[in-house]
Amino acid sequence: MGESKPRAVPWKPRLFCVMTLLDNFSQFVFSGLTTGSIYALIAIGFGVVHNASGIMNLVQCEFITLGGMITATFYTFAGIPLAVSIPSAIITVTLIGALFERSAIRTARSQQVVILIFITIGASIFIKGLALIVWGSDPFVLPPFSGNEPIHILGATIVPQNLWVFAITISVVTALHFFFKKSITGKAMRAACCNRRAAALAGISVNRMILLSFAMSGAVGAVAGIIIAPITTTSYDVGFMLGLKGFSAAVLGGYGSMPGAVLGGLLLGVMESLAAGLISSAYKNAVAFIILLLVLFIRPSGLLGEPETERV
Amino acid sequence: MQPFGFRENANTCYLLILAFTLVFLPLLIRSSYYLLVVNLIGLNTILVVGLNLLIGYAGQISIGHAAFFGMGAYFSAILTTSFGLSVWFPSWFPGWLIPWVIILFAMLFTGAVAYLIGIPTLKLKGNYLVMATLGFNIIFEIVLVEWDSVTGGANGMAGVPYLAVGDFYFNSDLRFYCLVWSLCLLTLIVSFNLVNSRVGRAMKAIHDSEVAANTMGINTHRYKVKVFVLSAVFASLAGSLYAHYITVITPKSCDIMYSIQVVIMVIVGGIGSVWGSLFGATLLILLSEVLHVIEKFNVVALGLILMLVMIFFPEGLIPGLLKRRRSQVQSSPFRSRRSEVRSQTSDL
Repeated sequence: MGESKPRAVPWKPRLFCVMTLLDNFSQFVFSGLTTGSIYALIAIGFGVVHNASGIMNLVQCEFITLGGMITATFYTFAGIPLAVSIPSAIITVTLIGALFERSAIRTARSQQVVILIFITIGASIFIKGLALIVWGSDPFVLPPFSGNEPIHILGATIVPQNLWVFAITISVVTALHFFFKKSITGKAMRAACCNRRAAALAGISVNRMILLSFAMSGAVGAVAGIIIAPITTTSYDVGFMLGLKGFSAAVLGGYGSMPGAVLGGLLLGVMESLAAGLISSAYKNAVAFIILLLVLFIRPSGLLGEPETERV
Repeated sequence: MQPFGFRENANTCYLLILAFTLVFLPLLIRSSYYLLVVNLIGLNTILVVGLNLLIGYAGQISIGHAAFFGMGAYFSAILTTSFGLSVWFPSWFPGWLIPWVIILFAMLFTGAVAYLIGIPTLKLKGNYLVMATLGFNIIFEIVLVEWDSVTGGANGMAGVPYLAVGDFYFNSDLRFYCLVWSLCLLTLIVSFNLVNSRVGRAMKAIHDSEVAANTMGINTHRYKVKVFVLSAVFASLAGSLYAHYITVITPKSCDIMYSIQVVIMVIVGGIGSVWGSLFGATLLILLSEVLHVIEKFNVVALGLILMLVMIFFPEGLIPGLLKRRRSQVQSSPFRSRRSEVRSQTSDL
């Protein structure tokens, strides 16, 4: 959203038109909240894997790309309606996530986090390279889910797709919340994260929980990639920046914390949009990473995370 | 952790062999394209040796070293082209010396930046350290592209002058070959000296267990920052040389992919092995030249290599292969496969 809209009235002296500024402000906040919701979803994807296994899964970036691109392929080339191609794309990416865990992560000789993060980086580059070969470097367009009629709210103009983004993010977050708090599988996953050995003794298959977490992060990443595609278009490398910004959001909110992911995502989206609109749009992409570094330097546990204590 | 089990004296011996080979290599290689490839190997080795000291000895991962490479390259490129720097130097100062002085200043500047960044960054561990260095590299890349009045934006800078000593210009592949490989040998010698010194042993201690090193009275954080600065300075040197050799520098040559590529060189050659850096750089540069014809496959191959090596040889490809070979030769019935695996995982 933020990229496509040119700034309104660039030549008027800004100080004197308070109304314009206010309008712009709410416009920035709305577009920030939209991208922020995407960041939140991605941050949750990172968090789900982290919570089950302690792995930082950078293939998350590629889940986003694959979600958008596979939907676009089904829709544009195979002519399958959106209502069918979206779920099938989500299922495909879920399976890819599970396959990645089963083939690469579980067979790894070393279970050290640094080794595992390199495996995910390697897989991420590999998938990105394959995506470039398969789809080329041209962007793909997905149609909005329902209409393109602009809606005016609080002086801001938004398209229905923004509402879809909000609605889907809220439902995914709620569903995951209940999954982790109420369902037996969700509880088992949290147990596996808390203490692997104790969970295994209680009869939980820890490996299966990790597999499930990768599958789930695949699904969530795919959803994020699909719902943003009608707004920004999608291409083979769209996931790289989005994914890393989603990671920054996760760190900002507290890595691994679900409310933190949502808060971090929305905050980051709004800050980025405001910085792009009010300060300089050239350095828009740098905002997320400057925030990432600042958070890591000042408070690595993030806003809502608990500081890690290290046992020797 | 002795590199491939060589003795210390053996390293001197191998260095001499390498030097001799290097003297005679240009006689074998007639084509200027192959010399270019060999020069690129030398340039990358300078960077990778430094990075290997950081990853293999101090145990700190960085996927932001392309930024330091870029800092050196851009520092040299900007100061020798856009700025009329020669007016700042006294008239008796020979003109050919100025780019060399600038290279030194670039190294100082990069070292200072690395120092400032290293202090907070190296307090982080594992994943966060990786992501912080990655974030730093991305910010650097964005600044290069957006600050186009100084850096030339996405097109980069062209027309960087060749280095020279008096009237002797390093303007051909063969001449640059002499320059880059003598500097490369120098970095190898510096690294061997460092590794076999008190500092090197302290670094190994940090690599094995930071807490234990700390309790032994080693100021681990200070050592980590020092090695970080040293590796950044090496990267800066490689960058400056690259700019003066290719005479063109773009943001693409110091992007995150390049950072990952040099990390792969470290991993393939062997983590914590100075010689491994040379092998890793050679293998990866040759590979990317072979795959140059089908450029799209280069990225796929890099990803696949990184993934497979890390899955099957967590301590690096060449050491892993050597170890496997050795264990096949003398497979003792008392040493199970399990313990072999476990001893591998203690690396890095």
